[in-house]
Amino acid sequence: MERPLTKNIRPDGKPLFIKEYESLGGYQSVKKALAMQPKEIQELVKKSNLKGRGGAGFNTGLKWSFVPMQGEFEHKYLVANGDEMEPGTFKDRLLIEGNPHQLIEGMIGTAFAIQADEGYIFIRGEYTYAAEVVAKALAEAYEAGYLGNNILKTGYKFNLHLHTSVGRYICGEETALLNSLEGKRANPRAKPPFPQVSGLFGQPTIVNNIETLCNIPHIINNGAEWFNGLSLTPGDGGTKIFGASGKVKKPGLWELPFGVTLRELLEEHAGGMRDGLKFKGCLPGGASTDFLVEQHLDIRMDYASVAAAGSRLGTGTMIVLDDKTCPVGMVLNLEHFFAQESCGFCTPCREGLPWTEKILQKIENGKGEMKDLDILQFHTKFMGPGNTFCALAPGAMAPLQSALKYFREDFELHIKEHKCSWK
Amino acid sequence: MAKIKINGKELEVDPNKNLLEASISAGFDVPYFCWHPKLGSIGSCRQCAVVKYRDENDKVGRVVMSCMEPASEGSIISTEAPQAKEFRANVIEALMTNHPHDCPVCDEGGECHLQDMTVMSGHTNRRFEFEKRTHNNQYLGPFINHEMNRCIQCYRCVRYYRDYAGGDDLNVFSSRNRVYFGRASEGVLESEFSGNLVEVCPTGVFTDKTLKKHHTRKWDLTTAPSICVHCSVGCNTIAGERYGTVRRIYSRYNEQVNGYFLCDRGRFGYEFVNSDQRITKYIIPGSTEGVSKSAAFDFISKSIKGKKVIGVGSPRASLETNFALKQFVGSENFSVGLSKRDYQLAKLAVDTLINGSVKSPSLKDVEKSESVFVLGEDVTQTAPMLALAIRQAIKNLVKPKADKAGIPQWNDAPVREIIQSAHGPLHIAAPVATRLDDVATTTYFSAPENIARLGYAVAHFINTKLVLPSGLTDEVKTLAEKIANDLLSSDKPLIVSGVHCKSSEVIKAASDVATALKSAGKSVSLSYTFEESNSVGVTMLDGKPLEELFDEAKSSKAGVLVIVENDLYRRLGKEKIDAYLSQFEQIIVLDHNETETTAKATVVLPVGTFSEADGTFINQEGRAQRFYQVFVPETDTPESWRRIAELGNATEKPFIENSFFDFTSSVANSLPQFKGIANIAPPPDFKVLGQKVARESIRYSGRTAMKANINIHELKPVNDIDSALSFTMEGYHGEAPSALTTSYWSPGWNSAQAINKYQIEVGGALHGGDPGLRLIEPTVDKESYFQTIPEAFKISAKGLTTVPVYRIFGSEELSTKSPAIIERSGNAFIGLHPADAKRAELKNDDKLEISIGGQLATVNVIIMNELAEGLAGVSAGYKGVNPEMSEVTFKK
Repeated sequence: MERPLTKNIRPDGKPLFIKEYESLGGYQSVKKALAMQPKEIQELVKKSNLKGRGGAGFNTGLKWSFVPMQGEFEHKYLVANGDEMEPGTFKDRLLIEGNPHQLIEGMIGTAFAIQADEGYIFIRGEYTYAAEVVAKALAEAYEAGYLGNNILKTGYKFNLHLHTSVGRYICGEETALLNSLEGKRANPRAKPPFPQVSGLFGQPTIVNNIETLCNIPHIINNGAEWFNGLSLTPGDGGTKIFGASGKVKKPGLWELPFGVTLRELLEEHAGGMRDGLKFKGCLPGGASTDFLVEQHLDIRMDYASVAAAGSRLGTGTMIVLDDKTCPVGMVLNLEHFFAQESCGFCTPCREGLPWTEKILQKIENGKGEMKDLDILQFHTKFMGPGNTFCALAPGAMAPLQSALKYFREDFELHIKEHKCSWK
Repeated sequence: MAKIKINGKELEVDPNKNLLEASISAGFDVPYFCWHPKLGSIGSCRQCAVVKYRDENDKVGRVVMSCMEPASEGSIISTEAPQAKEFRANVIEALMTNHPHDCPVCDEGGECHLQDMTVMSGHTNRRFEFEKRTHNNQYLGPFINHEMNRCIQCYRCVRYYRDYAGGDDLNVFSSRNRVYFGRASEGVLESEFSGNLVEVCPTGVFTDKTLKKHHTRKWDLTTAPSICVHCSVGCNTIAGERYGTVRRIYSRYNEQVNGYFLCDRGRFGYEFVNSDQRITKYIIPGSTEGVSKSAAFDFISKSIKGKKVIGVGSPRASLETNFALKQFVGSENFSVGLSKRDYQLAKLAVDTLINGSVKSPSLKDVEKSESVFVLGEDVTQTAPMLALAIRQAIKNLVKPKADKAGIPQWNDAPVREIIQSAHGPLHIAAPVATRLDDVATTTYFSAPENIARLGYAVAHFINTKLVLPSGLTDEVKTLAEKIANDLLSSDKPLIVSGVHCKSSEVIKAASDVATALKSAGKSVSLSYTFEESNSVGVTMLDGKPLEELFDEAKSSKAGVLVIVENDLYRRLGKEKIDAYLSQFEQIIVLDHNETETTAKATVVLPVGTFSEADGTFINQEGRAQRFYQVFVPETDTPESWRRIAELGNATEKPFIENSFFDFTSSVANSLPQFKGIANIAPPPDFKVLGQKVARESIRYSGRTAMKANINIHELKPVNDIDSALSFTMEGYHGEAPSALTTSYWSPGWNSAQAINKYQIEVGGALHGGDPGLRLIEPTVDKESYFQTIPEAFKISAKGLTTVPVYRIFGSEELSTKSPAIIERSGNAFIGLHPADAKRAELKNDDKLEISIGGQLATVNVIIMNELAEGLAGVSAGYKGVNPEMSEVTFKK
């Protein structure tokens, strides 16, 4: 089983710097890419079925193809989205800290494919170590001629910069990220226009997730067919870094083919539940995905299968809920997070999330009434997709609506017993 | 045009609009907050949800925000579908979770867009049962009251203040449900256009602080259409009165002039009407306490008899008043009330527009311009709303960038994102730094002579047959060439100049630049600013400058001087005016507020301000506009033209004119330059459904009790013989002809947003056309150039050369009698170049006694880095400062 993304990451997690990286075959894809036509690379990535690893799962090559290749532009930008603030998600951190040059190499190939001349790596504010590592790797890459105004003396120009966030969840939304990069409030932007047309500073821009970009060198080096072959699911190319947190025996991250089952992930890789605890459910792809429960354990972990089960693959890093943890408390904790991270731009999210949080707190405190469940249910519709300006609130409603579906008796128990029975 | 369907009704609409605009224009009520016709859409409030269907077969549809969807061909929407209505009710419910529901004590109550939209959206029962979030409020200066708890976070305030008006000290802070709209720290809002927040805010966060001091509900105001008296732009206003005092000024929509907005001087300068310096008594010699009207007129008719009478009119008095005075004293004895220099400047500018080939633009035309060259004006201080229009104009050349990317112009945020901070050319040449410099492409600060020379150089580079001034530095030549190229590279250049730097050469150079552009085939316009509300009107009426009238009076031994609404001490130096006035036996002054001139009068006759008068002003564009008496004053303060008619009737020169319509018809019929002004508004016998148009709302309260302490019997309403308006609530309350709009109201629309219902399409022209009549149009294609190039400025050996420096708050006469404006005016000042200041050992804020033409004034020193050496920028219009602005000397 091939693990292209993580095979070179040391067990102790210490970063791989340029000499070692190059000795392991690093930066080969840059030479190859610069000899290709940009459109050829776009086509190759499209065929590879690489899908956005930030959670949306959109075909990466297709996304690139919307960047205008004709016409005069002051700049074209490539931005790596490393604002990994999704609760329960820590996969990009591993990739940045463990192998920063893989990211840079992926960005050079991507930048060339869309003919970007400027790039930013946008890193979550709390990832201070990752930022240090990237800063050092960037300096090395400039030094080695992989970045700058004349890359490998081919005349191609790509300058890549590091930008650390000051810490808002909404910066993970690509257009809010762009506003933040411009020094503005991190409010999402209206789409259309998409960033490919009018992105950073109004110029054509691609924003890709860190994990997505790290796949690019391997696709360029080994081809689309090889990449598709890594996956167990036709249509979802490559491997995925899956993860698990919660009360499992071995929380962690594993690079696995698309299409492994949830059960395999939980039992083989995460080592199963801690002794004395039973699996109650999980959020399969971060906090903004719907709960999956026992009946779903045999579904395959790929975009279509998880969607068919009523959730989203998301970031592929799951949060596991056990039977000794209060599901109301867990959802309250999540809604507290989402309410706090709302940018305050659109009405349903700004006003609705604090409202749901307050109701959940009321239920958790034993003051809940049955009508509160109706109001919660109402909010899951009110903040549904299309009703809000961006995907934050619909994402926030995912764990709530599924908890109301699967754990309704636990909510009712709180209300009937006027307390939290888990405390 | 695109064919669309709204609620089953087939419509043809402009595909460049969005579905919200299309729906409202078609008369459907869709609630909204964040969208504003001038600010476009951002999609934040989610209030304007409708259901959009894929095609005729789609019966389910999906909820979309109508403000974010183009009105493209084949769109099918329902504003009434249950999902849409339910969602809209839910949105308002969410907005209301934190709103304090303090309507009874909120100044916005009764004209609150939030109230209207809440009712329209159908939210009644409150499910939210938790504590509301609260905020601290800020002190924002004398104009605006801040009450953040009421905020519904529509973001309109910051979008208006920052993106539209160019301010940067109001912002949005924090996030989630704590977002806060205010300043980084408490303090006076810096924008000259902050008052529009009152109308832009859909609820009571930003309210009129001057109204708060004498608060009255909208429905209790007696209101009439008016014209702003505080500069030459002539913004349309609605003035509201209760219990004999004017309570507030609201903007009156006129697509051609001020659109939705006003400047702060126009909005908050009105309180001179209520001033304790109001003249309400008849003063004759020997009586400082006042006499009866008949005693005053007896005295006048006796003392006037057989004497030669001369009259001084005023650029701040209506055309009818000036006309009446001119009739009363005779053309040869009439002065326009301006000094020789000021009259020459005004006449030069007016004549240039009348005889030239270049069009004088309306503010709407200004907004459509693409490149701008300003000569000699700090427009924000002298014609504020023109400056706001220029801010919009410079966006035009960069807007196509959005079109190319497929972004509709109404989609405000994406348009701004793709444009970023880019803007079209704006070149400013002025004696001092201006409030448009922040968006200027280039600035050039120098003496008026040098500004004119730059102008002539620009004209030369547009049309090389014109003379290039000799002795220009390479730097100035390069600048001139760049300005010329920028103006030539756009189809619609705009040249702005005016009388305020007191230089005829600047006015002429501006005209030459505009004419050169015209001959280069450009659709150019030329906008001149003037000092006062009717400067253009009185100049077009024609008369003598003050010096000429007074010098002739000396030789002809005229014994009686009649001055109408004019403080002569604001026209010429004190010594001169004192000497002039001393030659008359009687000085009869008609004015509404005490001035230095009324103090010198032997007879003072009280007259009305704009709010007690009907009249016509001609604005800087050449547009004649009607204003109406707002209320019947308790005091005996009629219109000046009526007072002059009384004067005439008390002497041997009785007037045939009796009512306002008689006067305005006489002006129109006897003077060809004013042809048509009688018809700019319906005549006094005009009626809708047999009724006059009511000044008071149908909900006007307390009328039977208002004067019950004086007389229990309700007084018979006064009949307005001058206009088609009635003084009370009796009358027509629906939509009247645009010139007669006393307030905006439509069922369900109690706030100013009801204006939607008065427009042909939202944000467009008013039903029946916007009021007013342009009296000045360019004569066809006659190219004429001045080419009178002045010598370059030389530093005078005698002292510093004065240039007047204008302040929006402080330089204008009437507004500086209003408390809120006084608070913002500051002291008189002298601006000095750092080198001149150093030489005189002066620093910022030093107190200094200056002498202009021997007239002393105490001023504060301001170091002005942009001011040229050898110049002194002296605050114009401030108390004590010699208006003649000749050379200045000072001793520390």
